[in-house]
Amino acid sequence: MSSEPLLRLENVGKRFGGMTVLHEQSFSVSPGEILGLVGPNGSGKTTTINVISGVHPPDEGRVLFEGREIQGLPIFRIARLGINRSFQVPKCFRGMRVRENVEVAATFARRGAVDIDAILAETGLASHADDIAGSLTVNQQKMLDLARALATNPRLLLVDEIGAGLNPAELGGIATLLRGLAARGIALIVVEHLLDFLNRVTDRVIVLGAGRMLFEGSLAAASKDPDVVAAFIGG
Amino acid sequence: MRKPPAWRGPGLVLVALAAIFAVAPRLYSNESVLFTMMTFMALAQGLNLLYGFTGYLPFGYVGFFGTGAYATSLLVTFTSLPVIAAVLLGGLAAVVVGLILGPLFRLSGPYFSIANLAASQIIYNVVANEALKPITGGPYGIKIEHVYAPTASYVTMLAILLAATALAAYFRRSRFGLGLRAMHQDPISASLAGVDIVRERLIAWLASAAIAGLAGGAYAWNLSVFYPEAVFTLQISVFAIVFALFGGVGTVIGPLLGAALLYAFYAGIGVSAPQYFELLYGLLIVLLVLFLPNGLASLLTRRNVDVL
Repeated sequence: MSSEPLLRLENVGKRFGGMTVLHEQSFSVSPGEILGLVGPNGSGKTTTINVISGVHPPDEGRVLFEGREIQGLPIFRIARLGINRSFQVPKCFRGMRVRENVEVAATFARRGAVDIDAILAETGLASHADDIAGSLTVNQQKMLDLARALATNPRLLLVDEIGAGLNPAELGGIATLLRGLAARGIALIVVEHLLDFLNRVTDRVIVLGAGRMLFEGSLAAASKDPDVVAAFIGG
Repeated sequence: MRKPPAWRGPGLVLVALAAIFAVAPRLYSNESVLFTMMTFMALAQGLNLLYGFTGYLPFGYVGFFGTGAYATSLLVTFTSLPVIAAVLLGGLAAVVVGLILGPLFRLSGPYFSIANLAASQIIYNVVANEALKPITGGPYGIKIEHVYAPTASYVTMLAILLAATALAAYFRRSRFGLGLRAMHQDPISASLAGVDIVRERLIAWLASAAIAGLAGGAYAWNLSVFYPEAVFTLQISVFAIVFALFGGVGTVIGPLLGAALLYAFYAGIGVSAPQYFELLYGLLIVLLVLFLPNGLASLLTRRNVDVL
């Protein structure tokens, strides 16, 4: 693992109308590292991912990727730099075949050749390659989102609640997959409510509450932090 | 079994179109009906380039058609350019209007459609303005009868129809078209896949505008004397939309089939018995919406036939 950060957020803020949903977020992620992002509903986890991936540009602060400012760049440019993501509610190309979904990314991301068959196998979709994406289950569509992201050869992957609705065996498979991606040098930010699952993929988490960073450190230490406990159960 | 080359399907459609409209005037004496049928096939295909591949429905599509018609007529009137060059520049004029209207893409859904309709009405009201009578003829129309050439304009319209169809085939089968299809289904995911959706959408919009502008130019050449209403009537947009939808947007053959069948129906009874035409036409649209919302082409795609 390199010590040079791949991604760095500096005092990033985001408002929707009069409501500030992210306050001065600053953290970094290094290549091959998995960072967990946890917090109650509405704490700003998905907004953080949206800001990094360009879906919602930040109103304040800087987002640096490999030392270069990327805030304000269009989504496709950020994707071509090597940042990609999956969605909590999957957003695949529902009318296209599974293989075509992945082909779009492999074709347009301009990040070198990728093995589409290998990606489909890795994400458990090989047997569905010729199915229409809209006919897949929600969980399979989440994996297709991930496959589409992997087809862009990302250096940073943002994974938004991929574990919701999966059984323990499936969660185990996903944990193995995410660890494997990190072992290949891909940095991951994983938003997740399932703390057991998160515990299996990383020991470093950031806890958000009402758009503020409450804690950064190990998951075990987070559970003993009074601010974190207050954010989750009130107090 | 060897897969047929990618160009074979589009090639066959283009050859068939060219052959049908080359031979048709020998079998059917009313060349005007054939010409207008080609015009609507080109317009339905041109509209398909935008609506079928991006989902943006231009109610004011006729604005490009009228722009092409007037730009061509004005160039013929005030310059010594060959008519065919004037038709090409008519297409270019529509592209320029398309560029000016580019900011409409900040809108989506019905807002885009209505704003586009308003834009076409603005162009119409400028062209038909009494104050512009010395240039455009204002409400009294324009005459270019000194260049009237039914056969040359017929061949030109056929070439435009073939160009529109070749573009639709390119959109359907190319890398560019793959990006358009992805954008149509989910613009954010398409962007994340690396598709420059602003550029792709603009190219589709300008290609669509160019086809309507070229068709307008050839149409003006064929009519040679016309009032502004003849090339700016909303009915042209409505026909292009309904014809394309009837055949099936997002395909190459759908808009061609839809326009050919419905215009033949219109030419058959629309003029001689308009009351029955309106009745049956309305009924057909209701049946289409209820049972074939994706058009005639979906009869094949439902059976897993790979429709061009």
